[in-house]
Amino acid sequence: MALLEVKNLGINFGGLRAVDGVNLTIEEGQLYGLIGPNGAGKTTVFNLLTGVYKPTSGTIRLDNESIVGKSSSQICQTGIARTFQNIRLFNNMTVLENVKAAFHNEFKYSLLASLLHSKSFSSGEKEMDKRALDLLKVFGLDIYADEYACNLSYGAQRKLEIARALATNPKLLLLDEPAAGMNPQETSELMDTIRLIRERFHVTILLIEHDMKLVSGICEEILVLNFGTELAKGTPDEVLNNPEVITAYLGEE
Amino acid sequence: MEKKASNNMNLKNNKNFNKKIIAVVGIVVGYILISLLANGDLLSRQFKSLIVPAGINIILAVSLNLTVGFLGELSLGHAGFMSIGAYTAALFTLNMNLPGPLEFMIAIVLAGLIAGLFGYLIGVPVLRLRGDYLAIVTLAFGEIIRSLINSFKFTGGAIGLSKIPRYSNYTWVYVLVILTILLSYNFVTSRYGRAIKSIRENYIAAETIGIKVSRYKTLTFAIAAFFAGVAGALYSHNFGILRPSDFDYNKSIEILVIVVLGGMGSIRGSVIAAILLTILPEALRAVNEFRMLLYAIVLIIMMLLRSPDLRAKIEENEKLPKFIKNFGKIKEGGI
Repeated sequence: MALLEVKNLGINFGGLRAVDGVNLTIEEGQLYGLIGPNGAGKTTVFNLLTGVYKPTSGTIRLDNESIVGKSSSQICQTGIARTFQNIRLFNNMTVLENVKAAFHNEFKYSLLASLLHSKSFSSGEKEMDKRALDLLKVFGLDIYADEYACNLSYGAQRKLEIARALATNPKLLLLDEPAAGMNPQETSELMDTIRLIRERFHVTILLIEHDMKLVSGICEEILVLNFGTELAKGTPDEVLNNPEVITAYLGEE
Repeated sequence: MEKKASNNMNLKNNKNFNKKIIAVVGIVVGYILISLLANGDLLSRQFKSLIVPAGINIILAVSLNLTVGFLGELSLGHAGFMSIGAYTAALFTLNMNLPGPLEFMIAIVLAGLIAGLFGYLIGVPVLRLRGDYLAIVTLAFGEIIRSLINSFKFTGGAIGLSKIPRYSNYTWVYVLVILTILLSYNFVTSRYGRAIKSIRENYIAAETIGIKVSRYKTLTFAIAAFFAGVAGALYSHNFGILRPSDFDYNKSIEILVIVVLGGMGSIRGSVIAAILLTILPEALRAVNEFRMLLYAIVLIIMMLLRSPDLRAKIEENEKLPKFIKNFGKIKEGGI
């Protein structure tokens, strides 16, 4: 059975139909790509999946359970985590705190324990520190644990955002243009990292990307959006040789 | 290797333990100092009478800092919560006939709880707003509370309440200041504190990692209101009289000035700024005519020195003496 099942998804902003009739089925463990020209509605699809926007039509089911109408924080708890196209880190918090904030729903010591700094507080914090450092190590960020997030390099900030998303223990990870602004060297490193986190964290990944090399290199299946509707769907080879896709990206002769 | 790790762990535990001892010693020494100041000949009567107000301002500033500095929402109605606490406590002690300390203790807790309850009730609908909109609504809330107190009979109307037992002394204030600082510090360094700081930094990202933004906003608002209520209880039992006009929006602004001057999100800064800004108007009494003018000028200078741009310039300049460089050197975001 599919992990994520999206049927006939659509949303209106006033008179504008930003996303229309999108169907998407992602199997567990898949690495799925979502591509399309600028303004095609890719990020809007992410916002619909994570509850930032409420869809005007269609259904979204994660593990056969509908998540339409749930708030972002509830959807996070059902197992979808994401990163953002324009990085949204907690800049004036340390790298470690950024990750620990994402453990919020896993280590639930009470308000009283917090106010009194009781035993459950210290054991919880200690466990969180350990887990957070382990996670940061995977991305080679553990050396920056006490640095403010805003002081990290651009590439490191992207990685930290992925680490923070993984800290919520998701089944499905949504990556919004993870390679944006990276040079070829960094991009190829990122491809390795994405493969690595899929193996290590047993997480299914849906990613938006413009870098065709990255998409065709790691994705098993691709959905192409144009003007909010599906243009093509299939394996990277099928999709990237599809004349309609080429037209949408490069224009007509 | 493992041994090294366990040694490190022990070291860390020891460090925490030492920290606790230092804190306890600090608190005791602080109390001795305060009682020396209050009873000895070091201070004139005029300045001795400032000990309680300074403590009240510390409690108000530290609690407002939770909302403004850590949660990142501008609240202009802190005096409203303070007045709820002040009137609750005063009405309690006026109508009860219990032994002094017990009566006062119950009054303080009650003041905090009622103010906190109001903070929560108002927080539920209001905290869905953000930024300027929220600030204006909290301002309006403070004014509504004041005009209600002004028109109710049981609060004494515009004349207010008098003959309130004068229970507030330096011991009560000291204990409550320490409690406020400790509890606030513990709160902001816990997972709750991390949650509200992440809301301040980016509420959309906070929501997507599973933090219920409105819930934590209301909680912080209620906790800040609780402490404001406690400060109100101390205030009403200090001079023995209460008037609604004590709690107009000037009071809220005054507390906000302390928080901004001390540094958003810096508890230590709030404490220092509260003491400074309580003493300053009194210290300027010698030049009575220019008092408010000088107060404003000093405030402007202090704010300028706090601004990050100017700070960077000052620190780069090698000709300036060191004490100027260190002035106001409170790290934003630090605790």
